[in-house]
Amino acid sequence: MTGESLSADRSVELRPKMVGKPIRRTEDPRLLTGSGRYVDDITPQGTLHLALRRSDVPHATIRSIDISAALATPGVLAVFDASALEGEILPAIPTSRMKGYYATPIWPLARGKVRYVGEPVVAIVAESRYAAEDALEGVIIEYDPLPFAIDPYDGAAPDAPLIHEEAGTNTIISREFARGEVDRVMEEAPVRVSGRFRMTRKTALAMEPRAYLAEWDRRQRALTLHTTSNIPGVIRDVLSECLDLLGNRLRVIAPDVGGSFGGKGSLYHEEMLVCALARKLERPIKYTTDRLEDLTATSQAFEEVMDAELAIDLDGRILGLRADVVGNIGAYSIYPWTAALEPVQVVSFMPGPYRFEHYRGRIRGVLTPKPPTGPYRGVGRPSSTMAMERLIEMAARKIGMDPVEIRRRNLVNDDEFPYRTASGIIWDKSAFQQCLEAACAKVDYPALVRARDAARAAGRWVGIGLASYAELTGIGSRISVAPGMPINTGVETANIRIDATGAITAAFGIASHGQGLETTLAQVVADEMGCKMEDVQVLHGDSGLVAMSSGTFASRSAVLAGGAATRSAHVVKAKVLRAASILLDVPVDDLDAYDGVVRARSANATLTFKEIAKAVYSQMGRIPREQREELTASETYDPFFGTACSSTHLAMVEIDPETYGVTISTYVVAEDCGRVINPLIVDGQVHGAVAQGVGAALLEEIMHNEDGQILTASLADYLAPLASNMPRIQIVHVEADLPATIGGFRGMGEGGTIGAPAAIANAISDALSPLGIEIDTLPATPERLFRLVEAARSRSAI
Amino acid sequence: MSGKVDVAVYVNGVMYARHVEPRMLLSDFLRHELGLTGTHVGCEHGVCGACTILLEGRSARSCLLLAVQVDGAEIETIEGQGSIDQLGRVQQAMRQHHGLQCGFCTPGFVMTITDILRNHDVRGETEIREALSGNICRCTGYEHIVNAVQELLSEQERAR
Repeated sequence: MTGESLSADRSVELRPKMVGKPIRRTEDPRLLTGSGRYVDDITPQGTLHLALRRSDVPHATIRSIDISAALATPGVLAVFDASALEGEILPAIPTSRMKGYYATPIWPLARGKVRYVGEPVVAIVAESRYAAEDALEGVIIEYDPLPFAIDPYDGAAPDAPLIHEEAGTNTIISREFARGEVDRVMEEAPVRVSGRFRMTRKTALAMEPRAYLAEWDRRQRALTLHTTSNIPGVIRDVLSECLDLLGNRLRVIAPDVGGSFGGKGSLYHEEMLVCALARKLERPIKYTTDRLEDLTATSQAFEEVMDAELAIDLDGRILGLRADVVGNIGAYSIYPWTAALEPVQVVSFMPGPYRFEHYRGRIRGVLTPKPPTGPYRGVGRPSSTMAMERLIEMAARKIGMDPVEIRRRNLVNDDEFPYRTASGIIWDKSAFQQCLEAACAKVDYPALVRARDAARAAGRWVGIGLASYAELTGIGSRISVAPGMPINTGVETANIRIDATGAITAAFGIASHGQGLETTLAQVVADEMGCKMEDVQVLHGDSGLVAMSSGTFASRSAVLAGGAATRSAHVVKAKVLRAASILLDVPVDDLDAYDGVVRARSANATLTFKEIAKAVYSQMGRIPREQREELTASETYDPFFGTACSSTHLAMVEIDPETYGVTISTYVVAEDCGRVINPLIVDGQVHGAVAQGVGAALLEEIMHNEDGQILTASLADYLAPLASNMPRIQIVHVEADLPATIGGFRGMGEGGTIGAPAAIANAISDALSPLGIEIDTLPATPERLFRLVEAARSRSAI
Repeated sequence: MSGKVDVAVYVNGVMYARHVEPRMLLSDFLRHELGLTGTHVGCEHGVCGACTILLEGRSARSCLLLAVQVDGAEIETIEGQGSIDQLGRVQQAMRQHHGLQCGFCTPGFVMTITDILRNHDVRGETEIREALSGNICRCTGYEHIVNAVQELLSEQERAR
């Protein structure tokens, strides 16, 4: 038996389980009928609406702000700039113990200067959003432009204009991971491949734009914030400091949230603003971003340039890797993750699932006048995997080895776990090799290669690409999700109670926003407690539910909340059985609970959970006073370390020689996510994550020009994958040894986004290999491919 | 500021009369004047399809229409497609196939699929994907939505 087993009773193991079944989601009926309750759906009586005048220059001091015309606009109640908010709220400081780091203070409105186009400068409060927006143009801001470097290499230069003068530098993040003697190994290696790889800037693009509603309760002197956040607990804790309100007077609720993918996983200016203004004006204040604001002022992703070099021997064995990465982190470090989250993970994960000794990865994170970067599904690893997997296939091509074979020779084997990577990450155990083999078996790889060769012989641009990776999921308190970060993301609580009516409520600190955790956690609770799944109501997304909560991010919720649910359910079940033992007068060992009924094995006696609850709570005298226990438990789970989740993606693509459009004809994902709680939901997560990876590979790019202005300011310019862009995705769930987490779960929500960009970049490179083209920049848009092909043809013509 | 105008529309068979600014978007009218918040607003420039409704039986983007433009018209929204206790057929198929995750784009997809089933001759997966390509879903990667539509179409085919 692997995993931490809490079910000692063997007969329970034989019963049909909810875990593992494709249960239809309990969330669905409300969401399908338009009965979901998203933040913008909530409008209390007397709500005032906020509109923001944002900076339209990238870097400037604010000389003056004239709000008189805005104030005179019909329907407008108040207009605030930073000076008018003085004393209302303190800044949030995204601290970190990282050496050389500067924590840029986060204020709700720009003070003294602006640092990116889209930064909030003036807030207008009006009776309607229409009226508030009317007043925007009445705000007159005079700026004195400041010089700036939009390119991070320029920004890192010693004489570069500073985005934050207090920092004394734009390079606020510098880290290095090193093992062995990589320079010597590189020097002596028989084969080296290298490239300058670029993962361009993206955005999470949740379909629900960010929205916030704050209500001030005059009577209780208490504030409630409804937010589209996926970290309501973290937001509660930081706002408690900013607003000087303790947790019993500050409640942060994330109701139905329409996706995040990381974009709603940090503290935002607007979140601070609605709270400060609701308290000041004593009226509910609502703010909803429009899509332009989402594309300019929601945290953005990636934007790294990765100079990377790989050394192998003639047998294809990896000898060493070195990488020098520069991340354009934008104008601010974000709370709580800091701007280090994304770029540092690029170098800490670049060694991937491979066995080798010598490594050096350097990262510099540079401030520029662009929107701040933050978490986006995959974090760091879509970039690192792209660079590493490109190098692997470039190396394979150089020595004439099959790209599957070179991976087979380098992926960590079962008998080598736990394996410490060259950057220091420990892979507990995961099916690295098996995923590779399973992906190949699923598509009959040799047949696919023959099909590609035949197409190539016919002059078509057809290619196959792979990507193998591992990620750390379900991370416990031993490892900081971001280096030196001031919050604890390693613990989760499940507060389970059976009340006097027999209802079962399971409350968590997580915040589901599409993952279906109301369903999967109810599955876990039902199995562990022996109750009916439909009797379990899962509560989440509310800072008032448990003492400390954080949210749902970093592929943690199934592992941590699932583990906490298992523990609490186990305790409550024991209490139920003890009560039933007294009520039925049979030994507790003779009792078992299943499907909401407690039965005695040796006697023909049963009690439902409801009957037991009534006896315990409402029927005096049925349980002796000293034996009466509340049917509740609040247990926590901290996996301490995390557990690896691994996968191999394999893609076949064809490039249209007329349009340079890329069509994905085959796509397979073989992954090891441990015990599957709900295969329908796991498949859905893989599909969605791969789609975002396809977007990163082929379509999505946030572009700014040299003047710091965004060029992709609508969904006609920032292209999300559509149904017609997506292939069918074949999924193989590799059943390997379960990890040592409670329940044997691994986190798996992010993986697709990690593997897909690399696999597609490799497939395109393979397709264009007759022209000697190696893809180094994503997305591989038709324009980029056209330019690459033109350049290759003019080279060969010379 | 322009004066307000009278707008009367039939939404899901119920007549609503309101006095609104002529510039009010139909999406805002449905959500904030009528309280029918099932119609979602994802981009307000007609790309994402979250706000899709049926106008006189055909799919339309409520963010690209003014409320005054639809004075006297018949509108169907997600609220008319079924209830929590009794899901409509499209909603059932979406649930069965796990065609939704966060649920934000879902009302728009349900309305688009309803339009496909009623008004269009769509055959085969490629055509289904084309027909769905006016709606963006960021969660599902579309495969499960496509499966739901395939089932609905073959059901409709059998019923013919």
